Amino acid sequence: MVTVGSAALTTSKPLWLLAELTYRCPLQCPYCSNPLEIAKYKDELDTEQWISVLRQARKMGAAQLGFSGGEPLLRQDLEVLIAEARRLGYYSNLITSGVGMDEARVAAFKEAGLDHIQISFQASDEELNNYLGGTDSFRHKYEMARVVKKHDYPMVLNIVIHRQNIDQIEDIIKMTIDLKADYVELASTQYYGWSKLNEAGLLPTREQLARAERVAHDYQDRMKGKMKIIYVVPDYYETRPKACMNGWGSIFLTIAPDGSALPCHAARQLPGFTFPNVKHMSVEDIWQTSDAFNRFRGDDWMKEPCRSCVDKGKDFGGCRCQAFMLTGDATNADPVCAKSAHHAALVAEVNRITAVSLETVKTQPLVFRNMRNSRELAP
Amino acid sequence: MSESAISLTNIPRISPMFRFQWEEAQACHVLLYPEGMVKLSGSAGEILQLVNGKSTVGEIIAALKEKFPGAPLDNDVLNFLEAAYGHGWLRSVDD
Ligand code: SF4
Ligand code: SF4
Repeated sequence: MVTVGSAALTTSKPLWLLAELTYRCPLQCPYCSNPLEIAKYKDELDTEQWISVLRQARKMGAAQLGFSGGEPLLRQDLEVLIAEARRLGYYSNLITSGVGMDEARVAAFKEAGLDHIQISFQASDEELNNYLGGTDSFRHKYEMARVVKKHDYPMVLNIVIHRQNIDQIEDIIKMTIDLKADYVELASTQYYGWSKLNEAGLLPTREQLARAERVAHDYQDRMKGKMKIIYVVPDYYETRPKACMNGWGSIFLTIAPDGSALPCHAARQLPGFTFPNVKHMSVEDIWQTSDAFNRFRGDDWMKEPCRSCVDKGKDFGGCRCQAFMLTGDATNADPVCAKSAHHAALVAEVNRITAVSLETVKTQPLVFRNMRNSRELAP
Repeated sequence: MSESAISLTNIPRISPMFRFQWEEAQACHVLLYPEGMVKLSGSAGEILQLVNGKSTVGEIIAALKEKFPGAPLDNDVLNFLEAAYGHGWLRSVDD
């Protein structure tokens, strides 16, 4: 990805398709990246509609496909969708909590042509894992990770890292080694939706981070060639933003359970948008012509300091959702950037949150991601 | 697999961590893996197409010579295969 600017746009392809099959989930992670409105998504696409989406996107060049959610295992037609994905030539990934999985299904997925499986853990000890997930799921996850390797899948283990589990990072990595993961994603919480609500309970301190980063790098070296550890730093502590989604409408296409098409799975919260739906529009039209996908393509929409910045082709001005959440205007520079006029306010807020001691943080309740809370928070 | 030169009797296969296929939209062969894709050059694609878990390196070179007569490709193929092993794209059948 080097080019930005309107001229390059017509050639961009939705290389990555994220199929959020359902927002139903047996877990209740307080950092879930799903929207607060999960309870409103009752009208899920049916099997035929999903198959049509898979075909259309593949025709446009999509190669990577993630079956995600919520918990995709709750879809009874998952095997059918996997088989179709394989037939179309996708490289498909099941992104799951492992809850609802059993060995027969893992074998059936393999038979259908699933390429790899990503299991999330909440922590490396049972008690914290089960607390954070809001269910007794730890042992089952552990067992399922073993089954996934037994069936010869490349396995990704994903652990969302935050204030309440970051000090266990070494145990977490040891657990992933024990489970023979091929890839490990230690993903710092990104603050959207549910995690934004729980920010005060989740944002790690600078000291915690520095320590965790040392441990992660140490294991990256030790495991070289055997296991790939991807450590995603929390961008609130950075001075340059991430190149969010590799640029808006550049390679990512998310389809929500109801068929809404989003350039990023967090984009739903942006005001003034009508997200197109695959029930009414072709994927091609959505990608090429919809206002939602064109709004932040290229750099015409940028304001200062991004407009005249040498790095605008590198980070595309950062994350639009973060710009909106923290400044109230999605066309501003992402305030993670030190050049943003809002950067100082973000730093002050981070300092205010992390000045509270871990002991105090632990006594404060987290808002769990479930349908009841969703109905209350987003009526 | 030793780090150094590859023997002509070695039999490579595509690692189960990768999938090798032709991508129409990219107009090239690619290797797909969890959350990524390597686009291959024309010659890399030609070589990997012949990797089937049965043919030896010697047979792969012979097949390429037949397809591209006169091309001095022994070293290029060996170097590429060595790099491909290094990236983890290939494994020996007896590994
Ligand atoms: S983050 Fe947790 S609650 Fe959200 S979809 Fe994943 S497993 Fe379910
Ligand atoms: S000013 Fe804008 S383009 Fe430049 S580094 Fe900051 S966010 Fe990126």
